[in-house]
Amino acid sequence: MKVIIRNPRRRELELEGSRRVDALIKELDLNPEQVLVIRDDDLLTRDVMIKNEDTVEIVSAISGGLR
Amino acid sequence: MRCSKCKGRASIELRRHHAAYCKPDYLEFFDQQVERAIHKQRMFQPNDRILVGVSGGKDSLSLWDYLLRMGYDATALHIHLGIGEYSNHSHTTTVKFAQERGAPLITVDLAEQYGMGVPELSQAIRRVPCSGCGLSKRYILNKEAYDREFTVVAMGHNLDDEAATLMGNVLHWEMGALARQSPALPANREKLIRRVKPLYTVTEREVAANAILRGIEYVQEECPNSVGARSIMYKNALDQIEAQSPGTKHAFFSIFLDRIRPVMEGAQEDFELRDCDICGQATTGSVCAFCRMWQQAHRKAGENSQRAQGTRTVQGPVPDALPTEDRPV
Repeated sequence: MKVIIRNPRRRELELEGSRRVDALIKELDLNPEQVLVIRDDDLLTRDVMIKNEDTVEIVSAISGGLR
Repeated sequence: MRCSKCKGRASIELRRHHAAYCKPDYLEFFDQQVERAIHKQRMFQPNDRILVGVSGGKDSLSLWDYLLRMGYDATALHIHLGIGEYSNHSHTTTVKFAQERGAPLITVDLAEQYGMGVPELSQAIRRVPCSGCGLSKRYILNKEAYDREFTVVAMGHNLDDEAATLMGNVLHWEMGALARQSPALPANREKLIRRVKPLYTVTEREVAANAILRGIEYVQEECPNSVGARSIMYKNALDQIEAQSPGTKHAFFSIFLDRIRPVMEGAQEDFELRDCDICGQATTGSVCAFCRMWQQAHRKAGENSQRAQGTRTVQGPVPDALPTEDRPV
């Protein structure tokens, strides 16, 4: 699968095999409270299976500094 | 996972609410949360003129989008901070949002209006960029609202922002800041406009989900100056706890608001506000913090320029006011 991570800098990963969203987040050492996983313009909950041929985007939800 | 409401496929799980929602039900839930916050804190009425501080990020654009959709009289104020490509991108994103919706937008260019952008300001006053940036944003929002006769200033701070600020204030026992921390600060003086934060009950992740599901194009890149900011450190710490114990952030902030803040507010020492000698805005001293900062910045910038040109710096008293053309008004 292709994983595009915006955290916030963009980087791309190629991972072999299928896995659930929560497993992917854990594997990438991300906090599930701080990210959203997107596939085909829709958000995925943690129990969704991502297939090997899928492309998903992981967006960081956290911004910082004084606003 | 199934939507708690319609039982269709869920798009987002909200563990702190023991719920999951599909896209349409989530967007409805989000609007209800914001509406409830506005009513609970009596933030504004339909006839209020609202000035929204918009940076181009997910929070401020989500807030502006909500207010426009609900039919409020909401004008945005964007401050071009002069932080390289980040600021240019933030500005073009905000302008695009406004044009697509035919929504009113005011832009203040810090360098054009006050003589320098955030990087030069930070260098001149020898303080971290966030310090001068935050003060400038708060001041300009209030001043523009007052000058243009808006009745409310609205900002896109979310639950994570408020909980992180609270954590910082508690860790350092900032008693004055704790007494003042509120999602709705009243207009307690003619020149201090009511300031509200309608997103204070929704988390940063929930706001991001709203922006993505609504198709709001927002700036995802981070301000380069926010790297290593304390606010991010506090947010990370709180999210570590939240992941193990959902609802902690909400409990931390809401219990503070309901039980602790009223006590602290009552114990706060009275202070008298007066008009700043330079700009006329409300302040506790003779010159407000904003004018003091810009006085210092222009003085230091002048000294640095003289040094660069090889001329001797004249040591002398600080001028009472900036030259007219440099005054931050």
